[in-house]
Amino acid sequence: MNSLAEPRKWEKFFWPLLATGLLLALWHYSVIWTATRVFPSPRDVEKGLAELLRHHVLWADIRDSLRRVAFGFGAAALLGIPVGLTLGWYPVANQVVNPSLQIVRPISPIAWIPVAIIFFGVGDGASIFLIFLGAFFPIVVACVDGVSNVPSVFRRTGRNFGLTAPQLLARVVFPAALPQILVGLRIALGIAWLVVVAAEMIAVDSGLGYLVIDSRNSGKRYDLVVAAILLIGVIGLVLDFGIRRLERLKPVRWGFRSES
Amino acid sequence: MAPALKTKLSVENVSVTFKRDGKSTAVLENIDLEVREGEFVCLLGPSGCGKTTLLNAMAGFLSPTSGEIQVDGEVVRGPDPRRIFVFQERGVFPWLTVEGNIGFGLFKLPRAERERRIAHYIKMVGLEGFEKAYPPELSGGMKQRLEVARALAVNPDMLFLDEPFGALDSITRLVMRRELLRIWEAERKTIIFVTHDIDEAVQLADRVVVMSARPATIQEIVDIDISHPRDISAARYLELRDGIFKQIGLAHHV
Amino acid sequence: MNRRAWIRPLLFIAVLLILWEIAARRQTAHLLPGPWETAGGIADLVRHGLLLKYVVASLFRVTWGFLLAAVLAVPLGLTIGWYRRAEMAFNPIIQILRPISPLAWIPIAILWFGVGDVAAIFLIFLGSFLPLLLTAINAARSVPAVYVNAGRNFGLGPARLVYRVLYPAVVPQLIIGLRITLGIAWLVVVAAEMIAVNSGLGFLIIDARNAGNRYDLVVAGMVIIGVIGLLLDTGMRSLEKVKSFRWSYSED
Repeated sequence: MNSLAEPRKWEKFFWPLLATGLLLALWHYSVIWTATRVFPSPRDVEKGLAELLRHHVLWADIRDSLRRVAFGFGAAALLGIPVGLTLGWYPVANQVVNPSLQIVRPISPIAWIPVAIIFFGVGDGASIFLIFLGAFFPIVVACVDGVSNVPSVFRRTGRNFGLTAPQLLARVVFPAALPQILVGLRIALGIAWLVVVAAEMIAVDSGLGYLVIDSRNSGKRYDLVVAAILLIGVIGLVLDFGIRRLERLKPVRWGFRSES
Repeated sequence: MAPALKTKLSVENVSVTFKRDGKSTAVLENIDLEVREGEFVCLLGPSGCGKTTLLNAMAGFLSPTSGEIQVDGEVVRGPDPRRIFVFQERGVFPWLTVEGNIGFGLFKLPRAERERRIAHYIKMVGLEGFEKAYPPELSGGMKQRLEVARALAVNPDMLFLDEPFGALDSITRLVMRRELLRIWEAERKTIIFVTHDIDEAVQLADRVVVMSARPATIQEIVDIDISHPRDISAARYLELRDGIFKQIGLAHHV
Repeated sequence: MNRRAWIRPLLFIAVLLILWEIAARRQTAHLLPGPWETAGGIADLVRHGLLLKYVVASLFRVTWGFLLAAVLAVPLGLTIGWYRRAEMAFNPIIQILRPISPLAWIPIAILWFGVGDVAAIFLIFLGSFLPLLLTAINAARSVPAVYVNAGRNFGLGPARLVYRVLYPAVVPQLIIGLRITLGIAWLVVVAAEMIAVNSGLGFLIIDARNAGNRYDLVVAGMVIIGVIGLLLDTGMRSLEKVKSFRWSYSED
């Protein structure tokens, strides 16, 4: 069976390139064969991307999207981590509060747009609020899980050495839960990136999401649409890589087994 | 042997029963034991017999259902830095370096004193050169030594060790036993050591408390009157060891 | 959980509702409805026969999009996860596509399918496909080698190997992934309906505001979305419990 033979080094580049190349070729020829007049070919997208990069508006859009993510995600972390730690530390509190969270969680942040607009008006504030909503719950859940998964050995040792409850939380429970909290932060950041794009398509007029909608609305520039979509993917990936680097720091690396 | 030392820890008629889902399980029954200061006592028995439960009760992690445990005349009500519990090396904190772990309990000390103690105990357990290393980089034996160093650094009166060498291979185990005795002779703490290994008990302890299966009672307390270092092929050693074998009811031939 | 365990959370919810009502009444500009008004909004929807209609519309789209994604993504993902080289090949493409919100595809969806049900289903399909694919890939990769080796040791051919070793080993993980992805699909359908269709709970929210600032209906819609999302999640969890009796979860 293939899965047992150990792949060689060159294969790490060969297979992805092959697959991506085939996909691009498939895309390219589909455009030709269906003689579509609107859908862009890979070439068109490449040119569109160059055009976007040349016009400095793109950088402003990227900056706007990132700024909203920074604020929304930052607020979610600032509020969510203490809340999550508290709920994890006092299981009774968690039992009381959790059902309320479970009802609010399935409501898409996008569904909050009308309410958000009432509170914040149209613009940055509303989108930051939506991002906050999207990122808040995964962070809280990760903190609760992280705290409750701290092996009892660690807590016992802390008590044994005479730590008070606040000291225990700060010096044992929090560091022990940190790997799991980081995973939650990473997931929340991914969600924040999804929400900001969606929010920008509806409620604001700048940013990458807006770029997607606008490219279509003002001129049916589907080459720009696809270019913007790919850009969204790439930047989201960069954000993900960035936060994964944090997971490799020594004080948390122990919490992550083998890298996939 | 040693002159009559004062009693460090006394267990008086202690029983422990666990209740779960309405069912009660008696784990310990009527345990009476006195441990003298500076003694090395082994609790010996098959796995699951309750010796760990007894150790936890002594360390203050659980309260006996009936009876009383006293240390230095005071009833034990909870864990205390004067009585440190050493787990199998999994108790070491993976997010702290070797130095960080050893210094963990020393937060009340001024910095200079803290650093001095950390250096002292790193040397004592033989971890020089690994000060900045993190536990995942250490071997099992090294992690165990780290945990012992961390325990000793706060200068406790008593150490409770719960099968600390269980996760190590048998060669490392022999080395660690010798290390532990060396440390014990340098700083005479009262040590209570749980094991299911008969040889380990006879090699290390002043007295071996042989416990029965659950609900555990004390079957016998054996005085090991051989001085250290103990020759494990000497007649007296084998005699004591075989005695315990028979106590537990084990045959001699595999 | 016994009966008594529900009292405190319910009390907490009651307290929240009371606070909400107070906050709503103290508004200077009467915009946001309190819980009482919201309940009235729900009653309104029921009376006009819209509640059921919209809920069914949303569920309909979710079901189709989700099932389509599952039927394609699970076998594909298991295959990719099983063969190292396949995973190496497709990983970069997957990683680039993953951070792209399904909603970003709306212009393309409308281009291909026009405004309507199919576009919405397509978006839900997009939103569900990658998470399910990744779940299946991870599940296949995490089949312990010991199982596979034991299977081969006993002379199982490829087909039997899949049926007797791979399938039971991955099902628990797949079910969890299905539940999480269903939650994602539910989020996407609401968002998709706000843009691309003329019925459904997402549409309700946008329409109620646009055509008359009926914020009571807006919030009513949100509450219903939350409740149904919770029911879907609970339903999937009970499925997990049924299956988990048959295969062992590794619990810590």
